[in-house]
Amino acid sequence: MATTIATAEPTRRDMLFIATGAVAAVGAAATVWPFIAQMNPDASTLALSSTEVDISAIAEGQIVTVKWRGKPVFIRHRTKKEIQEAEAVALDKLPDPQPDSARVKKPEWLVVIGVCTHLGCIPLGKQGAFDGWFCPCHGSDYDLSGRIRSGPAPRNLEVPEYAFLSDTKIKIG
Amino acid sequence: MSGPSQYVPKNALARWLEARLPIIGFTYDSFVAYPTPKNLNYWWTFGAILSFMLIAQILTGVVLAMHYTGHTSMAFNSVEHIMRDVNWGWMIRYLHANGASMFFLAVYIHMARGLYYGSYKAPREVLWILGVVIFLLMMATAFMGYVLPWGQMSFWGATVITNLFSAIPLVGDAITIWLWGGYSVDNPTLNRFFSLHYLLPFMIAAVVALHVWALHVVGQNNPAGVDIKDVEKDSVPFTPHATMKDMVGVAVFFILFAWFAFFVPNYLGHSDNYIEANPLVTPAHIVPEWYFLPFYAILRAIPSKLGGVIFMFASIAILVVLPWLDTSRVRSAVYRPIYKIFFWLFIVTVIGLGYLGSQPPEGGAVIAARILTAWYFIHFIVVMPLLGLFEKTKPVPASINDAVLAKNGGERVAAAAPAQ
Ligand code: HEM
Ligand code: FES
Repeated sequence: MATTIATAEPTRRDMLFIATGAVAAVGAAATVWPFIAQMNPDASTLALSSTEVDISAIAEGQIVTVKWRGKPVFIRHRTKKEIQEAEAVALDKLPDPQPDSARVKKPEWLVVIGVCTHLGCIPLGKQGAFDGWFCPCHGSDYDLSGRIRSGPAPRNLEVPEYAFLSDTKIKIG
Repeated sequence: MSGPSQYVPKNALARWLEARLPIIGFTYDSFVAYPTPKNLNYWWTFGAILSFMLIAQILTGVVLAMHYTGHTSMAFNSVEHIMRDVNWGWMIRYLHANGASMFFLAVYIHMARGLYYGSYKAPREVLWILGVVIFLLMMATAFMGYVLPWGQMSFWGATVITNLFSAIPLVGDAITIWLWGGYSVDNPTLNRFFSLHYLLPFMIAAVVALHVWALHVVGQNNPAGVDIKDVEKDSVPFTPHATMKDMVGVAVFFILFAWFAFFVPNYLGHSDNYIEANPLVTPAHIVPEWYFLPFYAILRAIPSKLGGVIFMFASIAILVVLPWLDTSRVRSAVYRPIYKIFFWLFIVTVIGLGYLGSQPPEGGAVIAARILTAWYFIHFIVVMPLLGLFEKTKPVPASINDAVLAKNGGERVAAAAPAQ
């Protein structure tokens, strides 16, 4: 009978074990992936991901809510005074510092996703201490640029990807 | 139980089966001959109550699923259809909705029992941790079930809770979109929640089996907190003694359950959930079901999004390490005069958090919630380790039999003994 002698040297069998294990691990990962990825947004959800909006009827001072990807988007036609107020805010007063100019394409038009960055409620327009939006769920206050000013929300209201197709039409997404 | 079975097959068929699959013997040893501490009180009937509640939820749930439609355009109406058109549908739905509340009521009592009598202490750590796993699965199941009727609270509760994951640094948003299957809570979300809501109760049943297995390896704790030493003197057979006592507990608990389901079926619910989900309007005041309120209060007490989420999950995770945080050598609070006070203080803290979770987060309520949240953690991290070192405990009885004799007067029992 042959006796096995323990040696420090790697043997051909060790090599085979490692190679088999590696192939099995890759195989397992490749099998698991589709079961995880199936939960991501599907093709039909992705296909709905842009909306065109006619903004000619939105009066100065008015906020209109449109639905995009199942979420509300606020389109706010800001007045001169509101624009000045939004531009005048010092950046060091902001929890998430961003100048107004970085959040708009044309100063009269503010386009933001109407979802509170805290836990996803819909903030109420023209309310709260900064005349922007106020979230009733846990009390976050947003300003005239949709920037977070006080409350538990960590970030400014998100600006979606959008483009002016003409002076009176925008495409969101 | 280990060792050879005490079961003796009485007929040829049973003998034949027993030689091939000893299932009758296994059941006999586990639920008939199994030695039960003879001093168990009614707090020990909640295990049986929970088992019956799980069966009740599965039974009513499978029936509801026969009439329910898991699509955003039809879910709300299909629940109204269950309420108005399906034979006995109103009753089955009220039993299921109130059954969830009763299930949590029972599990909270069951857990408090464990805290009071030190049932999490060695050698019952695994048994206790399996219990925490069941609790987590129950919370996931109830949360997803509440989304199914697709009312305003369903939708906004789902939105707020799934958004908790967006607090995770870097990958948070990707995880949230993955959970939703879209860019907000929508049909894919409802559909997968229905699938998981159907699956999880059966996973709970499987973990319950492990929980009972672990229980039968280490044996039941009891009010005295001492283990069975002499099977003859300290224990009685599970059947009929524990079986009967459990049935009394179950019957009384089901009276309470029936009272809720038949007399005040909507008392524990929220009227906003009879308004169909509207993704463009958030209700003025979002509250979860009552059984989540203490954790919701902790979430809101922390003034940072990520911090709130971490503390909320930590408040449950800390239960897992409790067996090692408690340094006392005495199990039962009966012999721990100082722990007894802290135990009740902890119960008041949790109930207080529950109340604050139902209030709008303003002014005094926020400060009170912060104080109680701090105490919740101090109880586990500071009080439990220190008490074991400094508390002067009362003498622990040498055996369960001694504890029973001390309580009921030694002479009376001694006098009755010869008659046996
Ligand atoms: C651990 C056990 C379970 C718990 C805690 C639980 C909890 C819940 C809750 C809280 C609701 C919302 C009730 C309402 O407000 O209308 C619900 C709904 C529902 N559950 Fe369950 N459930 C459980 C087991 C099951 C099982 C096993 C099934 C199916 C096999 C099921 C099927 C349903 C269906 C179809 C609904 C929607 C109808 C309705 O809202 O009444 N449940 N569940
Ligand atoms: S969701 Fe807006 S403040 Fe919490």
